[in-house]
Amino acid sequence: MSKATNPVESYLRMDRMPSIWCPGCGIGIVVNCFARALQQMGVDHDELAVVSGIGCTGRIAGYVDIDSFHTTHGRPIPFATGLKVARPDLKVIVMSGEGDLVSIGGNHLIHAARRNSDVKVICVNNFTYAMTGGQAGPTAPRHSIATTAPYGSFDKPFNLPFLADSTGAVYVARWTTYHVRQLTRSMAEAMSKPGFCFIEVISPCPTIFSRRNRLGDGLDAMRYYKNSSKVVNGANTRMVGLDLNGPIIVGKFIDRDRPTLLEAMDEEIGSKLGKRYVPYATTGVQR
Amino acid sequence: MAASKKNSKRKFRGEVYIDQERCKGCGFCIEFCPTHVLALADSFNQKGYYPPVIADIEACTGCDLCGMYCPDFAIYGVKIRLDVVQEEANHEC
Repeated sequence: MSKATNPVESYLRMDRMPSIWCPGCGIGIVVNCFARALQQMGVDHDELAVVSGIGCTGRIAGYVDIDSFHTTHGRPIPFATGLKVARPDLKVIVMSGEGDLVSIGGNHLIHAARRNSDVKVICVNNFTYAMTGGQAGPTAPRHSIATTAPYGSFDKPFNLPFLADSTGAVYVARWTTYHVRQLTRSMAEAMSKPGFCFIEVISPCPTIFSRRNRLGDGLDAMRYYKNSSKVVNGANTRMVGLDLNGPIIVGKFIDRDRPTLLEAMDEEIGSKLGKRYVPYATTGVQR
Repeated sequence: MAASKKNSKRKFRGEVYIDQERCKGCGFCIEFCPTHVLALADSFNQKGYYPPVIADIEACTGCDLCGMYCPDFAIYGVKIRLDVVQEEANHEC
């Protein structure tokens, strides 16, 4: 067979493969879709930076052949905001899990959305803290079994699109790892849109979440996504909460325009200082 | 050229490339291939996973959905234009 190379290899560090992710895990699909989105957009490697936190999904930063940060737990969004302020010409992408972004980093998420910091957040949601052994995470559905909820979780889980929408994100979408083409398109859209964009990707976790809840392997989870998901673009995010084994509403929910952090700063301070102020968002730091 | 049009109305044929040693045997590509080109291998690779093998390459359209679903970048499909291949063959003659 011919030795043609995989088209996504130019965006990945193939010397680090195989990845640490379990067979049937969906995080590899997210990386695959991300690389394909970059390829479709024709983005140069130097035009973007990837920031990720801690956890299974946090390992993405090590596998992309792009400038990347692997930050401390929960802090990818502050790192990314700082990076964007220092280098406004970069596209800054945060890829991390829900245990990183929404629990320990929850405050950073809502405030970055409120200020409309120009970072693109791709949040891989597998409903559990997979790397530390399966504790109940902030999105663990009611009645799901976890290490810290042996009789079933009784807390109300976060509805991530609603959280992002209500705190002011300009682009909110949810896809599963089954919807690869839509996810790729959505990533490309988010990367070309200024402002705080939030994409939730529901991903199978065969080793921890599915095993404890007796839901089968990764393929069973993908079949469930195929059969139970419904695309409703523009759906009311209040109504898109998830239940264990319930229907999954996916789609692009929010697409609106608001001034970003740097634009708002330029406008406000520029109106006060007049010509003494050099607009920041347009010129960036003089290097 | 006329002969190629007569034989087949297809403008493209597909080709699938599989890196069997990189595969972790999740089976996504086999399950979600729209034209059921792939099947599970009878033998396992060095790590003990059963990779996919090509069962029916004629059915392949080169849509590359297997490549998009693969979490380990071990498989991808390409479209090959049939008329170009045919022209090259004619030139060789």
